[in-house]
Amino acid sequence: MYAALKNQLYNWIFRPRGLESGSIVLVQRRVFILPTRQGIVFGAVLVLMLIGAINYGLSLGFVLTFLLVAMGFNAMIYTFRNLANLRIYPGRTRPVFAGEHAQFAVCLANPGAADRYSIGLTSNKRDSAFVDVPGQGEAIAAIGIRAVRRGILRPGRLTLYTRYPLGLYYAWAYLELDLRCIVYPRLAPAGLPLPPAESSAGQGAQHGQGQEDFSGLRQYHLGDSPRHIAWKAAARDRGLLTKQFSGRADSELWLDWRRLPPGMNVEEKLSCLTRWVVDAHALGMAFGLRIPGKTIALGAGDLQRDRCLEALALHGIDENRDNGSDHQSA
Amino acid sequence: MAPTISLRNTLWLAAAFTMVAAPHAVRLPWWITLLALMIVLWRVYLGRARLELPRKWLLLIVVMGVTAGVYLNYRTLFGRDAGVALLVVMLALKLLETRSQRDAALVVFLGYFLVITNFLFSQTIPTALYLLACVWVITAAMIDLNYTQPPAGYRNQWRTAGGLLVHSVPLMLALFLFFPRVPGPLWGLPHDAYTGVTGLSDTMSPGSLIDLTLSDAVAFRVEFKSTIPEPGQLYWRGPVMWNFDGYTWTAARRNYYREPQFQARSAPIEYAVTIEPHNQRWLFAIDLPGRVPPRAAASSDFQLRSFAPVTSRQRYEMSSYLDARYGLDEGEAGLRRALALPPGTNPRTAEFARGLRGRFADDKALIAEVLSMFRNESFFYTLSPPQLGNDPVDDFLFSTRRGFCEHYASAFAVLMRAAGIPARIVTGYLGGEVNPVGNYMIVRQADAHAWTEVWIRGEGWVRVDPTAAVSPQRVQTGIAAAVPRTDPLPFMVRGDYALLRQLRLAWDSVANGWNQRVLGYNQDRQRRLLAQVGIDDATWRTLAIVLAGASGLIVLSLAPFMLRRLRTRIDDPVKRAYLAFCAKLRRKGLPRDPAEGPSDYAMRLARGRPDLVPAVTAITRLYVALRYGAETNPALVRDLQRRVREFAA
Repeated sequence: MYAALKNQLYNWIFRPRGLESGSIVLVQRRVFILPTRQGIVFGAVLVLMLIGAINYGLSLGFVLTFLLVAMGFNAMIYTFRNLANLRIYPGRTRPVFAGEHAQFAVCLANPGAADRYSIGLTSNKRDSAFVDVPGQGEAIAAIGIRAVRRGILRPGRLTLYTRYPLGLYYAWAYLELDLRCIVYPRLAPAGLPLPPAESSAGQGAQHGQGQEDFSGLRQYHLGDSPRHIAWKAAARDRGLLTKQFSGRADSELWLDWRRLPPGMNVEEKLSCLTRWVVDAHALGMAFGLRIPGKTIALGAGDLQRDRCLEALALHGIDENRDNGSDHQSA
Repeated sequence: MAPTISLRNTLWLAAAFTMVAAPHAVRLPWWITLLALMIVLWRVYLGRARLELPRKWLLLIVVMGVTAGVYLNYRTLFGRDAGVALLVVMLALKLLETRSQRDAALVVFLGYFLVITNFLFSQTIPTALYLLACVWVITAAMIDLNYTQPPAGYRNQWRTAGGLLVHSVPLMLALFLFFPRVPGPLWGLPHDAYTGVTGLSDTMSPGSLIDLTLSDAVAFRVEFKSTIPEPGQLYWRGPVMWNFDGYTWTAARRNYYREPQFQARSAPIEYAVTIEPHNQRWLFAIDLPGRVPPRAAASSDFQLRSFAPVTSRQRYEMSSYLDARYGLDEGEAGLRRALALPPGTNPRTAEFARGLRGRFADDKALIAEVLSMFRNESFFYTLSPPQLGNDPVDDFLFSTRRGFCEHYASAFAVLMRAAGIPARIVTGYLGGEVNPVGNYMIVRQADAHAWTEVWIRGEGWVRVDPTAAVSPQRVQTGIAAAVPRTDPLPFMVRGDYALLRQLRLAWDSVANGWNQRVLGYNQDRQRRLLAQVGIDDATWRTLAIVLAGASGLIVLSLAPFMLRRLRTRIDDPVKRAYLAFCAKLRRKGLPRDPAEGPSDYAMRLARGRPDLVPAVTAITRLYVALRYGAETNPALVRDLQRRVREFAA
């Protein structure tokens, strides 16, 4: 009963709006304001000063006390105006791997000439990013949230707040911006050998990589052809390295779910595939991805990498469902 | 864990504290001043050098030491002086241990509190201005605490604090004028609340008035409603002294309060006195007071005594009669008291008086003889008389013959009593200086005076001023003309340096206005102010309504100023008119898409609301022509504005 009432009161006061697309202008009814603990202490000091002024009949005591009372009141307007009329819109969010921190950027645009100071952005009340927004300028506040699982991470409701200028009031606005971060699967440890390439004719080729254009060196793995070992480097005491060659049209690298041991669980498989995508991209190879329900044709470059990683991130996940509720913050 | 404060925060706080505590520094014991200064410098050093702040136990030891020191110094921990001393040191120590933003806020609040303690000692205009500057610095320090990325320099802190204070003045004025005032202390004040004020005391011994004449402090100021009497008639009646122990005169411990009886023999003089606090009960009025001020009583010997000591500036309306008869029916007991002399003291004076009595049977003739003796023999009026022995009247009359008004009054009264004429001493002030700037009279402590009253059958108590016999100038033109030029006198009492005097008088006039209007604003004045705007018998309720109304009005009219410069300003009237048009449509649920051009918007509107087509088309066409075309005709701009104004979706 009490909880229901509380919930209703909360809804009535704060009017949750749900996710809002586009930008938000902090009009008057979006900005809430309450005195801080310091504000309450300040009020108590003023009461003491008033009693002192009455008791000692100090006219200037009255003047000072009333000046501070008026200032305490005006500080509320000053604190409100520090947030009012800011236009807030979501910034670009770069995808991250699970286990990393997603950086959610929020842009604050100040349409007026008055500078705004010390505006904090937080998702959890503990950690805040502070920015100043100069008159007619913009600022970006970014908060980091630890991405625990792959999929789509939303920061949930953010709070934009300020205590400037006197710290007597706390003015805040709730932001439910359409912020999302794609979280790729956790990256399997480096050193996982890439699967062998297939020839375009479809015959199984022994060695996956192309053999024409030298593209770099990597750590030697058991089973690498001795022909590809960089003997010169070995002679210089750099250990065994394997020469890598970029792919050729006729040798196709398929990062295939089915090549992984059947005993692995789904997340481990996705981690390995993620590592393969990253390594293959780093080597500048052309590659394709085959996972249950989705196949991405051969390709190379950043776009191909991002497309594949995104497919891995969203494997088995409904894109429109929010998994931000169980995120854990930095 | 609250955020820690930066070195810049620390410097602001240290500066604010030093400024507020500075006026106290001269009043506090030197070791407190020194200690507080050292603590602040130490804190600044620790901040600069990025060193650890001292441990709690060390601070605790200092606190205990200081408390003990203050107790030893003042013999109490309470009261005004000890309280201020403790507050100053504790605030310095709080600053020393301030790490977090929360502690710093407390330092700021205590700083404001320290400002108010300064008013216990002085409420003059310079003090007020200085402390206003202090409030500005404290507020700037508080703002500085609330920056997360402080802007360079100090300007922002100054400007924001200044803006806040200026915006707060109107509301402050409303509160000052209409906040319900209650008179008097809410509880007993510490005994030392009002020490350090000068004024007449209830005793008089040789030399006691001389000390007062060294002070040019104002005793009271007077505004006359009728013409100002001659200086020689301005006897400001104060304590009346009946008891004499051979050396010192004392006011009666018990006073007989009854309606004083007198016969007025001249027209009354109307005036208002604004008395400076002197921590005693006397109120002063021209001899003879014809009225009793509120919250005061008159004794049978015409002393006006306030019910409570005068601890704050007070103003009272008075009327007086320069010529009046009083005390015709003085009782037997009163006359006996007015004849009492301690046996064995001043024997030569007693002997001399008996001789006079033998020669003059008539009281008036005897009095005239004594006055002519003062006038004709070699008596001198001086501020630096020689020391007197155990029989001061004997010494004065027969050997030194140099004295100030208390010497003459005392000698005269003793002579009279010894000769069988009832006599008493009246102390008060004589004369006063008219300030042409503001047209009121200033009476200073330097105008302190003592005279006598003798009782004559059929005439009652009659004033006799023996000083007038010795030095008529004292009575006619004031003390500066009466004493030798080599005698020390306060600057304002001497007539030299005309220009400087003019400036001082002009300043006194400003100070008087400040005293009357600002410092003297109390319940009475509040009532009078409200009566002027037609609110009689103001109760707390009416005051609350007036206050709420005034505050609401002020906030409503000031808020737009405080909320300026938050929006994009559009200077182009054409664009402004078009945006107003769009706003009207938005309110009707037909908002323009941010990327939609005016013509596209108009077409979309025409599909949804065919009824609006003529108005929308006209406005859109005008707007496009004025904004994107070559058209600049001001008449068309006005036409656009008119159409938008009349547009109703």
